Amino acid sequence: MGKKLLIHNDKVPNIHTLDVYRAHGGYASVEKALKTMTPDQVTDEVKKSGLRGRGGAGFPTGMKWSFLAKPEGVPRYLVCNADESEPGTFKDRYLMEKIPHALIEGMITSSYALGAKTSYIYIRGEYFYVARIVEKAIEEAYAAGWLGKNILGTDFSHDCYVQVGGGAYICGEETALLESLEGKRGNPRIKPPFPAVAGLWGCPTVVNNVETIAAVCPIVNMGGEEYAKIGIGKSTGTKLISASGHINKPGVYEIELGIPVEEFIYSEEYCGGIRNGKKLKAVVAGGSSVPILPTELILKTAKGEPRLMSYESLGDGGFQTGTMLGSGGFIAMDEDTSIVKNLFTFSRFYHHESCGQCSPCREGTGWMERILKKILDGRGTEADVELLWDIQSKIEGKTICPLGEAAAWPVAAALRHFKHEFIDYVKNPKNIKDVKHYFRLNNLVEA
Amino acid sequence: MSAQVHGTQNFDKAKRAEIKFGEEAMATVQKIISHYPADKRKSALLPVLHIAQAEFGGWLSAETMDYVAEVLAIKPIEVFEVASFYTMYNLKPVGKCTLEVCQTSSCWLNGAEDIVRYIEKKLNIKVGETTKDGMFTLKTAECLGSCGTAPMLQCGASFHENLTFEKVDNLLEKYRSEGRLRSYTDKDYHNTL
Ligand code: FES
Repeated sequence: MGKKLLIHNDKVPNIHTLDVYRAHGGYASVEKALKTMTPDQVTDEVKKSGLRGRGGAGFPTGMKWSFLAKPEGVPRYLVCNADESEPGTFKDRYLMEKIPHALIEGMITSSYALGAKTSYIYIRGEYFYVARIVEKAIEEAYAAGWLGKNILGTDFSHDCYVQVGGGAYICGEETALLESLEGKRGNPRIKPPFPAVAGLWGCPTVVNNVETIAAVCPIVNMGGEEYAKIGIGKSTGTKLISASGHINKPGVYEIELGIPVEEFIYSEEYCGGIRNGKKLKAVVAGGSSVPILPTELILKTAKGEPRLMSYESLGDGGFQTGTMLGSGGFIAMDEDTSIVKNLFTFSRFYHHESCGQCSPCREGTGWMERILKKILDGRGTEADVELLWDIQSKIEGKTICPLGEAAAWPVAAALRHFKHEFIDYVKNPKNIKDVKHYFRLNNLVEA
Repeated sequence: MSAQVHGTQNFDKAKRAEIKFGEEAMATVQKIISHYPADKRKSALLPVLHIAQAEFGGWLSAETMDYVAEVLAIKPIEVFEVASFYTMYNLKPVGKCTLEVCQTSSCWLNGAEDIVRYIEKKLNIKVGETTKDGMFTLKTAECLGSCGTAPMLQCGASFHENLTFEKVDNLLEKYRSEGRLRSYTDKDYHNTL
């Protein structure tokens, strides 16, 4: 049983209420921070913990915090990125829905460290009901004095608000999120300036993912050094993994970073193996944008070492033979899965979600989707397969925000590892009909 | 002026005059506005548009957007450019229940296409269409954060997960018999997480 720090209490009845959360040690980090630590000491603990952004980029959180500009007389903001939309990712929803106070506690403790008097939790619009749960928890926190004026009798006051989005993946990009929070279209901003200098309404702002902020609580409680002992190497602590696809037990799992991928897929504690006794074909390990890997490469690195669930091990081999931990959206596909069709769903997604600002992304995503559609319709040629490679290579690095890369990487990886399938589809269109995307309750489909 | 800004030929002044938030909705709107600095009312736009959509028939007409602009003291074009950017705002009338079936990878792997086809057949409409009685609109959606409980569909605030044809049957039945507009802002939601 690995260590759990974030959702260890998720099965406790009524853990979403303040009383029960408090009875299980909730809000201890606020007490500890406000009463016994200076803001900089809190930041130091986060630095020592080695915590890395859990939204996908994996940037060291303590370092991000230390970039925050602190000019006199200008408000600073903490904004929580709860715009979880990376396909395959549903951990933040789970955390907010089950234990909303874990996020609010993290918001208060983090805001104290950053000197932010106001914070916002930007939740994707589709999670409207989740926003209601979080809002209710915020109300409870106000009523009990955890939010508002002079928290715990100190001179730290803090207000925390929820804002819902309007349905746009791009708002998970931090500058697009800020635009959206300001009531505008979610067009990413050109950086620099970074939000740490000019963020929300031009004020210094830190944007952190839900899980990152929630992780600040155990870090403050146990101390950064203790936290850093959990996990492996530079992948410290625990990580929430959203597991889906053709596995026996889909769901959200908190893992200690560093467990073998094989254990994660096959052990009963986690995914419980592949459904219907099928073989594993491929895995997208960290949300739709990270490179897909075939079974051989997800279980073992190219050097033949066991692949581990950590930033470094998943990244081992670069994009040639490795992938990324990303957001922890872990999608497993069985032997019958059409990689081309799966890629098509990703490309359709990115085309739909491109904000349209940069032409390589706006035009490229649609172009890739159309070519994949053509191949799946049995009208593809080998030249189309080459063209796909060409288009993706011309998006990467040429856009304002990383959506361009996010759209290009899955195409590149699918071609890198499964080109034979694309070629087979264009040479033998009849094989396309064999594509199986079976229903969980197969029998119902035949009816 | 507003009519041109919205690019619509039939901006209906009489209809516009009738649009006004009810007391409860207005109170919510005011509360949302209070979450931002006094000179940053525009920030309330996204949440207020959700309320407006729910209050005024499930979509945002030019008249509704014009009204929202007035409430937030911003220009109508600022409302339109936002409403037209985000997928959750309907710029055309929709049925009382919009069924949004996720079609991205994890849902596709679990048979989302079969669910879409089943609903199409059952309601005798295609994706993007509304039933003749104005009850249902069928849409596809991109990953809604229910990948572990795929396939799924969203209707208003509710997430319907681990779908089977039988569940779809029951769902349509229930929505039809209740017959009311389903909005993202609904307080009575259903979810299975
Ligand atoms: S892929 Fe359908 S909810 Fe994520």
